[in-house]
Amino acid sequence: MSASDEPRTAVPAGVGVLGALGVVLLTLPLIGLASRTPWADIPRLLREPSVLQAVRLSLVASLSALALSTVLGVPLAWLLARTDFPGRRLVRALAVLPMVLPPVVGGVALLLAFGRRGLFGQVLFELTGWSLPFTTAGVVLAETFVAMPFLLVTVESGLRSMDRRYEEAAATLGASRWTILRTVTLPLTAPSLTGGMALCWARALGEFGATISFAGNLPGRTQTMPLAVYLELESNPPAAYLLSFLLLAISVAVLIALRDRYLGQ
Amino acid sequence: MLRWRIALLALTVAATACAHSQAQPSGTGDAGSAVSGDVTVFAAASLMEAFEQIGQVFETRHPDTTVRFNFAGSQRLATQITQGAPADVFASADTILMDAVASAGGAASDAEIFAGNVLQIAVEPGNPRNVAGLEDLANTDVTVVLAAEEVPAGRYARGALDAAGVTIAPVSLETDVRAVLSKVSLGEADAGIVYASDVVAAGGAVHGVEIASDRNTAADYPAALLEGAPNPEGGRAFLELLTSPAARRILQDAGFSVP
Repeated sequence: MSASDEPRTAVPAGVGVLGALGVVLLTLPLIGLASRTPWADIPRLLREPSVLQAVRLSLVASLSALALSTVLGVPLAWLLARTDFPGRRLVRALAVLPMVLPPVVGGVALLLAFGRRGLFGQVLFELTGWSLPFTTAGVVLAETFVAMPFLLVTVESGLRSMDRRYEEAAATLGASRWTILRTVTLPLTAPSLTGGMALCWARALGEFGATISFAGNLPGRTQTMPLAVYLELESNPPAAYLLSFLLLAISVAVLIALRDRYLGQ
Repeated sequence: MLRWRIALLALTVAATACAHSQAQPSGTGDAGSAVSGDVTVFAAASLMEAFEQIGQVFETRHPDTTVRFNFAGSQRLATQITQGAPADVFASADTILMDAVASAGGAASDAEIFAGNVLQIAVEPGNPRNVAGLEDLANTDVTVVLAAEEVPAGRYARGALDAAGVTIAPVSLETDVRAVLSKVSLGEADAGIVYASDVVAAGGAVHGVEIASDRNTAADYPAALLEGAPNPEGGRAFLELLTSPAARRILQDAGFSVP
């Protein structure tokens, strides 16, 4: 599949210019960010409590959101890919809706469902005196709401494109449904599972709109890295640049991890 | 035939409109010079309702203009302005941020104080937690939301709490005072420190508990024309309107004090 095998295409002038402009549009902000990142101050900034707290909280919350998304998302992906229950198409549409929904709308919706006066949140509060907004659990919920669909669609497409004959063979050899799922299906879908998990984690890590509107903003408890970037930009710009650069570096790392999927030919 | 008549009618209307608009500057004589185009006003979040009304008055007085508002925490607006956001007028909720913009070379006119405000504690209607003053906010049963320290309302609130010698553990530090207000009006928080004008703006959605005047901080709202304003005439006319009796009445009705 090297380039020399393919016939060379003459590039119409307009296409070349517009394509180049597109590259500039997409890369100039990254160059701008890298140029303002306070490289020399990184060791000092990384020890600043506000930065440290945001990084730690972001890791805890995004990894928890990833765990929750995997536990709930993989079974749902299997159901959507392998069974034909009534309303399946509607369920899938609703499950992937957060991918296109503005996150701040997701935050408002979460508030109306899980807030202290929300549909479910009110019951929870009356029974336990506990409510999700302004807690780290609220951050995890907001991140899961926004990020789980990315895992769901990736795993579901992996399940759909899988060769079913291995499962059939295992079944004829007498394996139980659970054994098939555990020893055949999941290992075969491992690439799409890891891809989906990486996407899901990156999305959870970058979540802003749903988090700030549902969980609020408190350093150490609900102020994740994107929220800290937003606030530090007003009081401590170098810290905001550093946190932005860290998020950019993580995004690049995720992209490299997924290179087969997105950096292919 | 009909088509021609319509065209003729349209021409007549257009001609009349032209004649009218040419006659207008000398006719109304407002501020002497004709003001037109977009006027961009960056205003503190707490000014939202009052400024929207003042904007309508402005557009009525200067029919060729459109006022465009950008409401946010003053600290965010100050950052945007010093980063080169094209705006004509900055109306801040404190003088510190206005001074910061001015010292960064962002202001083109001396800032003038056009309104004042005091703090109140916003609680749920009926005050179910019986919040009577700042001391009650230290109660761990009361969920309190404040504005972040960078936000003028957040700094004023800390000043008031310090003056009262009260230490509290807020559950969230919001990016502008209106976000504090909405957390209380949605019932997610029991109390939040906001401006008296915010309680008026919330209608019946929250109840305002007054803070004793010896602990209360009086907020001053300065406004200034900005350096590099795309529409300096429009900006000047808006600043002029801000200190007019019409604007003062609107501000007072919205819960602000006027100098």
